[in-house]
Amino acid sequence: MLVPDTLKYTKEHEWVKSESNIATIGITDYAQGELGDVVFVEMPKLGAKVTQMQPFGVIEAVKAVSELFSPVSGEVTETNSKLETEAGIINKDPYGEGWIIKVKISNQTEIDNLLTADKYKELLNK
Amino acid sequence: MPYVANTDQNRKEMLEKIGVGSFEELLRDIPPELLLKKPLNLPSALSELEVTNLMRELSEQNKSSLEYANFSGAGSYDHFIPAVVDQIISRSEFYTAYTPYQAEASQGTLQSIYEFQSLICQLTGMELANASLYDGGSALGEACLLAHYQTERNRILVPGNLHPFYKRVLKTYVSGQELRLIEVAHNEGQIRASSVKEKLDNKSAAVVIQNPNFFGIIEEEIEEIEKLTHSSGALLIMVCDPISLGILKTPGEYNADIVVGEGQSLGNRMSFGGPYLGYFACKKEYLRRLPGRLIGATLDNRGQKGYVMTLQTREQHIRREKATSNICTNQGLMALAATVYLSLLGKQGIRQVAELCLQKSHYAAEKIESETGFKRKFKAPFFKEFVIEGPVAPKKVVKAGLKQKLLAGVDLSQFKIGLDQGLLVAVTEKRSRTEIDQFALFLQKLVQPEVKSVSESRKEVKV
Repeated sequence: MLVPDTLKYTKEHEWVKSESNIATIGITDYAQGELGDVVFVEMPKLGAKVTQMQPFGVIEAVKAVSELFSPVSGEVTETNSKLETEAGIINKDPYGEGWIIKVKISNQTEIDNLLTADKYKELLNK
Repeated sequence: MPYVANTDQNRKEMLEKIGVGSFEELLRDIPPELLLKKPLNLPSALSELEVTNLMRELSEQNKSSLEYANFSGAGSYDHFIPAVVDQIISRSEFYTAYTPYQAEASQGTLQSIYEFQSLICQLTGMELANASLYDGGSALGEACLLAHYQTERNRILVPGNLHPFYKRVLKTYVSGQELRLIEVAHNEGQIRASSVKEKLDNKSAAVVIQNPNFFGIIEEEIEEIEKLTHSSGALLIMVCDPISLGILKTPGEYNADIVVGEGQSLGNRMSFGGPYLGYFACKKEYLRRLPGRLIGATLDNRGQKGYVMTLQTREQHIRREKATSNICTNQGLMALAATVYLSLLGKQGIRQVAELCLQKSHYAAEKIESETGFKRKFKAPFFKEFVIEGPVAPKKVVKAGLKQKLLAGVDLSQFKIGLDQGLLVAVTEKRSRTEIDQFALFLQKLVQPEVKSVSESRKEVKV
């Protein structure tokens, strides 16, 4: 199970990669494995406000559905349009092609609330 | 189950089986002061023969629409039901089937629901239909909720000529939600695009149009209303009598987003108002927000066609409080009746039924206008139903009709919609020319009871 060291994580199994003030958000390898074949992702509209650890969307697999929680607060600048036609790429490449949204971070200090790769691995091993 | 044994011996055996000494022991958890210590205030028991006679006497007080020439409609219609419908829906495989969770054991039921969905799509000209909801009113409630969630707006424009019962159901549906119902007044029975424009704003989630509307009138400004609705970012919801879709332009052609309605007209009896079925169709883009059951066709692991419940993650058994609706059942048997009815009639048949309704109701309206003191309230074109007003109050007309084996129509004064003199008259394909002529004669006599020629008196005897 992949848990890249360069990313930060939430206990709800989202990952975030922040470059300057833009955060790219997706779900972890563990999460995609637990969900099974992802068939649909409901994403927010461009410009929508998201809040740290509040739902920003919904991810749906064949037999399960789960909310997506935002690792950071901010404004949605981009959504992954590929997911509209091929949600399954989340299963194939959760940390790359399968990213879900990009957010303009409104409060950098929130990043400190997130889990490091080591802490996230600890959570998974519990 | 016409007979259930319940002797002292039976009761004793049942108590022994569950290890309880007496019936009173079962009531142990109820504080003794709450128990009734005297006999119930009920008449003494009757013999089986006496009960049978009593039940028959009571049931004889009910009147069947079969004994009456029925000109009442207002959402529940007396259409002909071919014998095949009952033959198929009373088969025990269908009659007892409930929610088909187990696809491997329910292929017949699933296939019939899939066909129902397909037929509703064809009839409405829409891309997607669900497995049915409770009735027309609740289907409209669900449509408004969908529009609310989809647009994230909270005003629903509701036409003043919507069925008053649907309006009531809608009120119940939106109570507790942040939704507001805004009434768009009708003008001579029809909704004008200009009236919609006045009420429409960027907070409007949907515009509802009933066509034909509660007065039976065909709306003539839907194209303009559609443009206004969509340019404001709201959804267009249409409520349609499915029989009318045999000849009227489909909601799909009007570019409606959601179409709902009452499916009783399709092979189901009036049955005192239920059980009925609501149909719900929409554009494919609202698939994830669709309420209720949905059956899909697929291939099994041997490549054979099969049917399954699909997209269940919308539903409450998976999504709990975040489900698209708290309805996760369908009116299976009623939907089956509609399916059999529609397949039997086909495209031509449904068109013929609609044409007969149109012709017969127009014959009736002309006859009434030319030969009685009653006039149509609105001059707009209508489908199978129209409002008349005359010198006799509608309540009196209805009452007098009953004495002559006539269900003369629906008294509109009960709805308090400003039409207290109105009588809503429906004419389906079942009404014969003789019945229509007798109806007109009946109205004529109500207006001028003293004018009676010998030949007319003779006719009256026949009524």
